[in-house]
Amino acid sequence: MSDAHAHEHDNFSHHIRRYLYVFFALIIGTIFTVWASFIHFESRAINIAVALVIACTKAFLVAGFFMHLISEKKMIYAIMAFTAFFFAGLMALTLWSMGDFPWHTVRH
Amino acid sequence: MEIPYTTEARPDTGLYNAKVGIWLFLASEVMLFGALFSTYILLRVGAPENLWPHGWLDVRWGTANTIVLITSSITTVMAWASLKLNQFSKFKFYHACTVLLALTFAGIKSIEYHDKFVHYEMSLTDGKFADGHMVENKLLKADGTPVSFAFLEAKDFPLTGYAVIKGHEVEKREELYDLNAPHPKKTETESQAEAAKGHAEHKEIRIEGPQIKGMSSYGPWHNTYTAIYFTLTGLHALHVIGGAIVIGFLWGPGSKMWKTDPERFTNRVEISGLFWHFVDLVWIFLFPVLYLL
Repeated sequence: MSDAHAHEHDNFSHHIRRYLYVFFALIIGTIFTVWASFIHFESRAINIAVALVIACTKAFLVAGFFMHLISEKKMIYAIMAFTAFFFAGLMALTLWSMGDFPWHTVRH
Repeated sequence: MEIPYTTEARPDTGLYNAKVGIWLFLASEVMLFGALFSTYILLRVGAPENLWPHGWLDVRWGTANTIVLITSSITTVMAWASLKLNQFSKFKFYHACTVLLALTFAGIKSIEYHDKFVHYEMSLTDGKFADGHMVENKLLKADGTPVSFAFLEAKDFPLTGYAVIKGHEVEKREELYDLNAPHPKKTETESQAEAAKGHAEHKEIRIEGPQIKGMSSYGPWHNTYTAIYFTLTGLHALHVIGGAIVIGFLWGPGSKMWKTDPERFTNRVEISGLFWHFVDLVWIFLFPVLYLL
């Protein structure tokens, strides 16, 4: 085996260990989100916030490590920046249209 | 015609073409699911008070499926890493696991769907509501044909015959909505014991046809919650099936390319993997939104 090849191997076993850590973090996140959903906080808004924070963390782990977003080329970041902008716009429109709804129903 | 830049990076993007392609496609997918999530938010906030369902889905199935998808994500990434390390047999093993996990996910989802299609809510002539899973259906429509499925129209009433359901009767429709809320008539310890069991005590109830004013199964037509539930999870399930077909192809006949053009094949596995991780990512949001909140 050439040196370059051996180096690649080492590099990859490092990656594989990282994938396993992410996997365990995702499992723990799943258990945590189920557990947190059974706690009755004062308002349902807190339950929603907790669940969304955990979901966003898990999403970051999947996108960042499994999809290698943390070490991608500029081009991909540019595409993702556009997506983030339009996604945020879509959600902003959703919130804006809620002006017509009575806000107390958020406690659903 | 030769497809350009299947392995070497295009000078201006710094990437092989398929990589840019899949990310553009995923960008459009984000908007597709984003639109449906926004629909969900509007339906939920706009629902009449106490008429947004909680606890309608079995958290155990949902958790199991979440773990199945997360596991399939790691087998996908391991399959790709195996090719990078020149270990083709390991690739075969990991992607066989991915396909099996995808089928497990679809299997669990179909059990859940079936459970909703045999679950009925009936409004009765005495003003009460009966709710439960159909055990025996001997109901007939006004024209004498059997009540088979789904929802009924005004011309189908009055019904004749009878039905046996395993469930319960309630005074107010609202009681069928928040299944996580403590029962008002019971002490806290009793309702905690109930919550621990997952469901209220259910028994078999016989309901005569003429007693029924209206009935519908918990299909997409039942209310806005089941509508958005089936739309979101149905679209997601289509992605799971589509992904499983592509990964299945790359695992089976498509893997011949490993012998002729290993680098290009590795890239194909990477691209299908990116799609698969995205499907997992969508489920990471669907699970709490539909099952837990």
